[in-house]
Amino acid sequence: MYVAVKGGEQAIDNAHKLLAKQRRGDTSVAELGVEQIRQQLPLAVARVMTEGSLYDAELAALAIKQSAGDLVEAIFLLRAYRTTLTRFSASLPIDTSAMQLNRRLSATFKDVPGGQLLGPTFDYTHRLLDFTLLAEGEFPGPEAQADAAVQDCPRVLGLLAKEGLIKEEQDTGAPVADITREPLEYPASRAERLQALARGDEGFLLALGYSTQRGYGRNHPFAGEIRVGEVEVWIEPEELGFPISIGAIELTECEMVNQFVGSATELPQFTRGYGLAFGHAERKAMGMALVDRSLRAGEYSEEIVSPAQQEEFVLAHCDNVEAAGFVSHLKLPHYVDFQAELELIRKLRKPSKEPAQ
Amino acid sequence: MTATPACSTASDAQVPDHAARQHWIGVLSRSRRSELLAHEAALRDADYQLIRAPEIGMTLVRGRMGGSGAPFNVGEMTVTRCVVRLADGRTGFSYLAGRDKAHAELAALADAHLQGAQQAHWISDLIDPLARAQDMRRTQQQAETAATKVDFFTLVRGEN
Repeated sequence: MYVAVKGGEQAIDNAHKLLAKQRRGDTSVAELGVEQIRQQLPLAVARVMTEGSLYDAELAALAIKQSAGDLVEAIFLLRAYRTTLTRFSASLPIDTSAMQLNRRLSATFKDVPGGQLLGPTFDYTHRLLDFTLLAEGEFPGPEAQADAAVQDCPRVLGLLAKEGLIKEEQDTGAPVADITREPLEYPASRAERLQALARGDEGFLLALGYSTQRGYGRNHPFAGEIRVGEVEVWIEPEELGFPISIGAIELTECEMVNQFVGSATELPQFTRGYGLAFGHAERKAMGMALVDRSLRAGEYSEEIVSPAQQEEFVLAHCDNVEAAGFVSHLKLPHYVDFQAELELIRKLRKPSKEPAQ
Repeated sequence: MTATPACSTASDAQVPDHAARQHWIGVLSRSRRSELLAHEAALRDADYQLIRAPEIGMTLVRGRMGGSGAPFNVGEMTVTRCVVRLADGRTGFSYLAGRDKAHAELAALADAHLQGAQQAHWISDLIDPLARAQDMRRTQQQAETAATKVDFFTLVRGEN
């Protein structure tokens, strides 16, 4: 039990001033600008936008500056800001097939139509510290042929679906549940699960996805396709009566191809896991896709024995704002609560006054 | 980037020039603030009133399961909207990603001007150059991405 305390205003005020001073650091060093963070730390910005559940690179960069680089704190700041804004509308579902690609990979087919586009990636680097970054350098970019174009890149899982080897996704036109308006109830729909996972902590989803690979709810995944690029967002304002584009956002999409299932009446088919995140956020999208699939265990009559398959365990603990909040509250004064515990343990340890009979 | 979702509420007969207006609204939504500011004097050179002053809010972004299935909510994005009315009654709308009120007001003014008698002028002076700049940025981005296209070779395992 938490009992409120009063006082300490001056000390709290000074603590915040001290934080601001330390965050600024040595004033003989140039102050970090929000625009520098937005442009030069785009992967941190992507994580804060995704888990903060608000696509706005400038605000995410501001939150990173304010939180002194504590990304979970920055996510909290963005979530809090989000609650102050009116929601004008929901977008039409975005069309990731029409993505203007920065990167596109398939680990399932070598010669996939459109090819493998590595884009800007840490993959295949040697993970050696680059000491040249200690000095100012110039980075002219790749040697590109000005007229080189990216070919059409059809969806890799679509190729499997054409052969009937994987189930086509269905849109029944049912209303889209929103966990930010209606609290989650279990069992949740896949739409609710995906929304929760999209906001979920990257580290938590990565670890759970990893646990399925190590045998805790194994479902044999392949990265069927990973796409990174810009997608236009369309809305249909009532006052116009026709859809319009409001601009493009960067997204990362991951489609996993997982172990097949069959039955007496159906031929075996591969199964799917799906991940989608704001910005360039590959690890997040992959973790999300792995966990999306593991949470479909019930749908495929798989035995639910591992944490990554347990919907309530995953969804109730994947939100780092909630998790950090509840863990952090342990730092608040629990004096009264603890006094009661002290009294109890002392009572228990006191030798009984009356001699045993 | 090029796919245009089908219109679901109004019929084409009612508003015959949807496609043209969708095109310029799309170009304006991809424009940069500085690009519209370059036309600020011309855009504001008319009597107009703000029917809805620039307002910042959000749009809930929806994705599709597996890219093609049922929709789900990914998260929100910031959006700024604005409505202006010119003295002759034409109204211009804008919905722009982000939180730039000046940008949204200029885009709404452009939408209003583009519906008037000077449409051809605004298209050749504003929309076409913006679209060309956007095409150039896209071409450059695509060329850089194409430079990272990789051909993997599968090595055959020997018997010994």
